[in-house]
Order: sequence, then C-alpha cells, then structure tokens
Amino acid sequence: MLAAEAGAAASAGWFLENAWLFPAVPFVSFLLILFFGRKMPKQGAEIGITALAIVFAGALIAGAQWISHVNAAESAHGTEETHSTDETHGTEEEGHSTEPGTTEDGTHSEEGTSTEESHDEGALAVSGGGRSVVLGPSLALPMAEEGGEAHASVPPVISEWKSDWWTVGGIDFQVGTFVDGQAVMMLFVVGLISLLVHIYSTDYVHGDIRYTHFFAFLSLFTASMLLLVLANNLVMFITAWELVGVCSFALIGHWWEEQNNSNAALKAFLTNRVGDMGLLIGMITLFFTAGQGRTFNIYEINVAAASGTVSDTALTVAALCLLAAVMSKSGQFFLHTWLPDAMAGPTPVSALIHAATMVVAGVYMIARMYPVFFEGMSIAGGSINAVALIGAITTMVGGSLAFVQRDIKKVLAYSTVSQLGYMVMALGVGAWTAAMFHLMTHAFFKACLFLGSGSVSHACNHSFDMKTDMGGLRKYMPKTHATFLVGTLALAGFPLMSGFWSKDEILAGTGGFGLSEGANGRYSLMLVMGLITGGMTAAYMTRCYWLTFMGEWRGANSPNAHHGAHAAAHDDHDAHAPAGHDAHDAHDAHGGLPHESGPRITTPLLILAVLAFVAMFANIPGQFGFVPEGWRLRFEHYIEPKGEYFPAISHAEFSPVIAILSLIAAAVASGLAVAYYRKVEAQDPMGTELVDGPTSKAGLPKVAYNVLANKFYLDWLYTDVIVGFVKGPLARAANWFNQNVLDGIVNGTATVSKRIAGFTYTVLDQQVVDGVVRGSGIGASETGGLLRRMQNGRVQGYAALMFAAAAVLAGVFVLAI
Amino acid sequence: MVAQNIFFGIIAAAMVVSAIKVVTTKNVVHAALYLVIVLAGVAAQFILVGAEFTGVTQVLVYIGAVIVLFLFGIMLTRARIGHEMDVDNERRWIAGLTALLLFAVMTYALLDAFDDTDIEANGALAPQATQAVSDSIFRDYLIPFEAVSFLLLAALIGAIVVARRE
Amino acid sequence: MWLNQFLILGALLFCIGVYGVLARRNGVMVLMSIELILNAVNINLVAFGAFHATPAGQVFALFVIAVAAAEVGVGLALVLLIYRNRSSIDLESVDLLKG
Repeated sequence: MLAAEAGAAASAGWFLENAWLFPAVPFVSFLLILFFGRKMPKQGAEIGITALAIVFAGALIAGAQWISHVNAAESAHGTEETHSTDETHGTEEEGHSTEPGTTEDGTHSEEGTSTEESHDEGALAVSGGGRSVVLGPSLALPMAEEGGEAHASVPPVISEWKSDWWTVGGIDFQVGTFVDGQAVMMLFVVGLISLLVHIYSTDYVHGDIRYTHFFAFLSLFTASMLLLVLANNLVMFITAWELVGVCSFALIGHWWEEQNNSNAALKAFLTNRVGDMGLLIGMITLFFTAGQGRTFNIYEINVAAASGTVSDTALTVAALCLLAAVMSKSGQFFLHTWLPDAMAGPTPVSALIHAATMVVAGVYMIARMYPVFFEGMSIAGGSINAVALIGAITTMVGGSLAFVQRDIKKVLAYSTVSQLGYMVMALGVGAWTAAMFHLMTHAFFKACLFLGSGSVSHACNHSFDMKTDMGGLRKYMPKTHATFLVGTLALAGFPLMSGFWSKDEILAGTGGFGLSEGANGRYSLMLVMGLITGGMTAAYMTRCYWLTFMGEWRGANSPNAHHGAHAAAHDDHDAHAPAGHDAHDAHDAHGGLPHESGPRITTPLLILAVLAFVAMFANIPGQFGFVPEGWRLRFEHYIEPKGEYFPAISHAEFSPVIAILSLIAAAVASGLAVAYYRKVEAQDPMGTELVDGPTSKAGLPKVAYNVLANKFYLDWLYTDVIVGFVKGPLARAANWFNQNVLDGIVNGTATVSKRIAGFTYTVLDQQVVDGVVRGSGIGASETGGLLRRMQNGRVQGYAALMFAAAAVLAGVFVLAI
Repeated sequence: MVAQNIFFGIIAAAMVVSAIKVVTTKNVVHAALYLVIVLAGVAAQFILVGAEFTGVTQVLVYIGAVIVLFLFGIMLTRARIGHEMDVDNERRWIAGLTALLLFAVMTYALLDAFDDTDIEANGALAPQATQAVSDSIFRDYLIPFEAVSFLLLAALIGAIVVARRE
Repeated sequence: MWLNQFLILGALLFCIGVYGVLARRNGVMVLMSIELILNAVNINLVAFGAFHATPAGQVFALFVIAVAAAEVGVGLALVLLIYRNRSSIDLESVDLLKG
C-alpha cells in the first residue's frame, strides 16, 4: 500500500532509496573487525574508519539528494517559482561542515576518500588560521536558492522489501527504510561524529588490550544507530533500540576488570530495561489501535494518528508508554541515574554514545512518532503535559547536579541530561524543529566537549578530577583549550554560537506568557524552567572551564601524579588500563607537565568546534530581514516533515524579549561564577573553593550542596530505600507482626477456646471443641509461618506468593469486568 | 456424541486421579509412572478432538523421551527408590490453597465465558489433516519454527555445559 | 461435547501442577509438576484449535511440546548440578536468595 510513495520517489536519489546500505556497511565492518581485526596492521581500526568514511560520504550525498528531493516536490506542487538548483557555490572545505540538509551537493563527495581529503583540508584550513575558531569571512553558506514558506507535501522516501519478509500467522512483518529530513540529518550527525570518534580513538585507546574489540563495538554501535534512524517499522526500531543498548553495555564495561565499570554497565543495561517495557507495550498498543488494521509501520501509524482517526485514549496510553522508554534511553528524570555512571566507559564512547547519538535515540523516537505524542498529549493549545514536564524537570535536575561534580566527565554527563531534557521539553511544547536543531547543535558541541575532556585527562595524569589534577591548562594545551572554550560558549548559550540559537528557539517555542508569536501553546512554566536552566548551564560550564583551564596547574601535587611506577595509584577511570602506557612514558619524558595531545585527537576537536559555531547558520530565524531570504530557516525548510504523516504544528517566531532574557540569565550566572573563582584565586592561587565558601558553611547552602552531592538521593532511594525496605524492614515487620499480633491472637484464641471448652464440656462433645481449638491454633500458626517465612530465600515460597497474587488479580479482573 | 463423552469422562477421571498422585505420592519413581498415565491421557484427549498428529507427537516426545529423561534424572540423583518421608515441604497447605483459589477463578471465568458452548459450534469435529498442520507450520509459522529449532539447539548445548563434569 | 469440559480439565491439571510446583521438595518432582502445567496448556490450545477449526492450535501445542522438551533437558541438567554441589536435590536447602 506504500507502493505509491515508493513509486513517486523513484527519482528521489539512489542513496535515499538504498538507505539500507548505511547500517549494512558498518555492520560488515563489525564482522570484519571481529574476525580479521587482530591480523590487520592497525588491528582493525582502519576497517572501521574506512566504513565510517563511506557512511559519512554517503550521508552527505543522501543529504544533497534529499535537498533536491524537497525542491522537486515543491516545484511539482507549483507553490514555488522555478529555481535554479544552484547548490554548488559552497566552498569545498566548509561545504561539509554544516548540516546536510542545507549544504551538500553531491559533486564534491563522490566517494569516501575524496570526502576525507576535503575533511582534512577543512581542518587544516581552520587550524592554519591560528588557534582561533572564528572562521574567516570567506565562510559562505551554501544554500539551496529557494526560501519561502512553501508547505507543499514532501513524501518521505520509503523503500520496502518487495515480497513479504516474514509472515507469522497472517501478520506481515516488513523490513524497509524510511528516509525523510530528520533521518538524513541523523545520518549526517551519527556518521560524522562516529567517524571523528573513530579517528580520535586510534590515539586515545592506543595500546589497549581490547583495542580490536573496542573498534568492533564502535562499528556495531554505529550500525545499530543507523538502523534505528532508518527503521520504517516498530519491530525494526525496537531491534535497533536494543542493539544500541547492548553496544552501550559492552562499551561502558570495556574495562570490566574493575568492579565499578562492570556495575555501571549493568546499571545502564538494567535501567534501560525498565523503559524498554514501556516501548514494548506502547508498540503493541499502537499495533492494535493505529493504522488501517494491524500494523507496525511507522508511516502508517503516523498518518493514522495525525488524521485523528485513532482514539485519543489509545494514543495517550501509547504516548505515555513510549515516554517511559524515552525516559530510560534519553536519561530523563527519574531514570537518568545510569547516564552519569556510564562515564565509566572510555571517553570516546562517552562522546559518541552518551552525549551525541545513543542517548538522543529517545528524543529521535518522539520526533519520529510525533503525531502520536502530539495528539496523545494534546500538545497544541495546552499549557502543560507529561512530555514537557518531564523534560523541564530533567533539564533543571541535570543542570543543578552538574554543579557539584568534581569529575569533568560527570559535569558533562549531567549537562547532557540537562540538554536532553531541553530537547524533550521542546518536543513536549510542540517546538519540533527547535528540538531537532538543538539535537544537532548539541551533538556537535557536546561531542567536542567530551573529546576535549578526554584530551585534557590524557594530559593530566589520566584523571578526570578537576580539583586535584587540572587547572591552568590553557598554557599547556592551546588547541584543546580553544576548542573546549568554543564548546563551553556554545553550551552556555553565548550569542553567535549554535547553542544560543537552538536554545532560544526552544524557549521561544514554549510560548510562555505570550512572549513569542506562533507557539503551540502557552507553556509558561517550561519557559521559566528553561531560563533558569540556561543560567545554571552558563554557571556550571564557567566553573568547569575555570577549574580546568584557568589558575595554576594542580596536577603536580595530585595523588595521581606520581606514576613512575605505572601500576600504582590509579584510582581514575582510564588509567588502569594499559591504554595509557605510551602516554605515561611521554609524560615522564616531559617531566610530568601536561602537554598538548597528538593530531589525531586535536583534529576531531577542531572540526567539532568549527561545527559548533557554523551550525548556527543552519536555522537563522525568519525575522532577520538583513539575512537573504534563502538563508533563513533552512533547517526547518528541509528537515521538518511536510505531509500527512506529520501533525500541523505552528512555528514560534524569534522573540527578542526571550533572547535577551536568556542572554541576561546566562551572562549574570557566568559573571557570578567568574567573580567567585576570581575571589578564590585571590585567596589561594591553587585553591578550588573559597575557604569560607557557601558550601562549607552550615545552613541552607550546605543542605543544598548535600542534596546535590547525593544526586537528589535517587540512587539511595532506589538501592537503599526500595530494595532495603523490601529486604529488611518488611521482613522485620512481618516478624514483629507474627511475634506480637499473631501469636497473641493464637494464644488468646486458644485460651479463650479452652475456657469455653471447659465450661461447655458437658454440653458439647469434647472432641469437637478440641478440634476447633487445634484447628484455629494450627491455622493461625500456619498464617504466621507464611508471613515469617516470606523472606526465607526458598523460591517456592516466592512462587506461591506470585501465583496467589496472580489468582487474586485475575479474580478481580474477572469479577470487575 | 454420547460415546465420546463417556470416553472423555473415563480418560479425564484417570488423568485427574493420576495427576493428583503425581503431586502427592512419596515415591519418585511412582510419580514418574503416574505422569505417564496423565501424558497418555492428554494424547487420548487430543485424538478425541481430532488432533491426531499432535496426539502422536505427544506420545513420541513425552512418553518416549521426556519420561525416560526423568527416569534418568531420578537415577542420576540417586533419589531413594521407595518411600521418602518428607517429599513435601511444610508449605503444602498454602500451596493447596493457592491452587484451589486459582482453580476457582479459572473455573468461574470459563463458565462465565463459554457456559455451554458446543465445541462443534464452528463446524463438526473432524480429524485435522496432518497436511494442514504442516502447511501451517511451514508457511504461517516458519519463523517461530526456526526459532524453536534454535532454542532446542541452545538447550542442548546449555544442558551439556551445565551438566558436564569439570 | 462442550468446549468447557476440555478447558476445565485443563484448568484442573494446571492447578494440580501448580500445587506440585509449590509443595514438592524434590527437584525432579517439581519438574514433573511443570510438565503437568504445560500439558494443561496444550489441552487448551488443541481444544480451542478444534473449536475454531484452525490448525493454529495444534501448531502451538507442538511448539509447546518442543519447548517443554528443551525445558526438561535444561531443568534436569540444573537439578543434576545442584545434586553434584550439595549431594541433595532438596529445594529447601537451596535458599541463596535468603535476604
């Protein structure tokens, strides 16, 4: 039934129609690395890099093809004047550095190798221009010519396996790819960041015992993520969803010899299972309720949901279930606890999986199934809903927790939680485009920050502790410093950085207090929380930056510093592995001072820093009259789906008031942070906190610090309270109940019964009464025994409880319904 | 249908009595032998509703293989042949209550739903051709079939790994 | 014949099996009780298959038989392992879950 779309898209472009190749290439690379990696001269890394280069080149071409597809669809609808599809005036080296929807033509990236060359060129051109990341004036944004607010329907490119792939009991399961603007954007983001992470890793995990294994899983991860992006039905989607979970598990536990790492991996895996139940149930709900008949097809479900033929209740239930999956995968409040722990993995993994790609899978899922959420949550015209609220709470929780971390990666991890909250909040208030735009810009600058933190730790005793091992690094690591600064500015929402624009779009999209025109509702609470988080983000990133790069280097006095004996005193994440031995030797040669990392580490950093800046041009607000029309809102124009499978959302306009407010919040917050650390420096050049700082004083600040340092006591709640309650007090309570209440009843019953028996001995048959007495005694003691023995570790007891509970529950259902 | 009902009654009574014996007898070997009666009864019931192929498979797999496996298990664990005093744990009353509760709920639900629905309401009982079953397995349910094959392989390997002496 | 006579027979066997699983101390006997449960399910499947005049009921019964065979194999292997480690298959002594 989708033949029409497929047929209409016949000329959409080879890469869009054969998108299955995108996951297939890294998957083949995974198998090759697994089986032949060890025998290769570079132990398999070259296979992974080649595969990713091919994927990235393909993504660029697919982007170009998607642009011409959109243009063709629009001209076909006659809503646009004819246009000269002049997309080729981008300069070669910058052409690839913005997002794919707007920039790439196929002409200069015919194959992977040439793209890679052009990549390097770009990097060299930028680094050659000094360490500054501000690009030269020659930065020309290559654009398709046509702007305008055409709302012609753009059919997605859906390719399906022609014959039935798999039929069970009369239900067809299909495989296929579903390519539209957001999928193409994700292809670009995942391909690019994965490629950069591969290159970075060749240096970072150099010499690791499981080097080959590491690259194999990076490839598998990329393949799974691309499959998730392209899946056209929910069965494929959940398969890929689980696969990325497995890869994440394997990569977090990469150094599983250490108990902490393997615990973190397990925690990530198990926390995700909680949400996966939601995904499964939501998927089944949609299977039975949405679409014509029973279908897993995402396109059909979306069309059905958007057309309003599906019952609201079903959509709400499905949306809530899917939201549970988002909460676990995308680290939303109260299932976010795994994400910071996942920093136990190697830093490139943190950058790739836990900042840029995997954790946005949940966000992507909301975006992909947007009609379900839009209708199910009644986003249009509302002022609060579950998605927006969860996002808003998450963004504040993550932002506040980032303040108290000593570990630079944990700061970034909580910041990721916070930014993911932003994206979910944006989706919750109907700002779809803003969420996707933020997803892309965040991927760039967060990957840049993470890789930067890895580079820093590489130089600083392989520790991530900002207070003991860092400080003053701007003198030693100029490239890392510059790129980290760009990332920080982008994240903090400094104007003229991509992060500012995407964040501002989200805030405008809330439509809070009616400050922005054209929003989907009046989500005032979300606007306030977003603004507060904006301020917090600026402050904690200033803290992070200051502790790392300003002041004096504290690492020489650190307990981690003296690693003359290599094996000794490695209490941090990365150092215990053989990974760093070469680097250790280098350190010793340098007399222990930090030093800039090698080119394979700094080049990806530079590329990402440039992107963190350049990406802002992708979606210039439509009100900016001084920008040529064809340059505005390119992202919205090409990425946002247009058609019956997407709800009619309205777009908030740029609001100067909100922009200024968020600017003020960020400026004040970072100003306060700078003032604080200046004072610290004045008191003690080597210090990291004021001696009499707020947190060392008693009272409210101290309480707040404790709450934050204990992560809002969530872990404690999960492990100690819930598990502990079930294990300890409940059993004790049962025992107490048995000892005091039941035994009392037993004794009382027996005594009373015996007396009655004594009195009525002549009236009633002694045997009967005795029987009753004994019976009640035995019955009571058996009941008491049940309660006492509930926690005896005998599985059959638990099984009895389970069966009895199931029977009671079934009885309730049978009688009630 | 009187004859079928009579046979059903006889077989069902034998099955229930044997099943109760399986879970109450103190002799492990006797339990296994009573289990044979229940399994054979199940096969007979299958044939009664026309599911011949499944009935034959039941005999082959259960009585032919599973029971033998059980007897081997009993031998290898050297459970005492003959009476054992405490084959039941002290929670058997709870277990009995649970089972009764479950049975009450299920019976109520069944009577509620299918009060006196005739099993032939959708067409007369007829021996279902083995061909129809095989067509169904190898066409509609091919993937589950492959999955089951894979499961059996995994179970085979798993059983060997678990039970192997180091 | 009524549909219900098969279904209630299945329910009865199921509950007897549940009792066995919960009350038996001997690992092998617990496994036998599980067989009772699985057979009860099979009776239901086949009865419903006959009722709806579809081979699907039999197909699933066959799948259950296959899975049950796998289950017995692995289950007995586990019992054997317990016996080897503890010289007893008394499930009362297996209480590592004790809190």
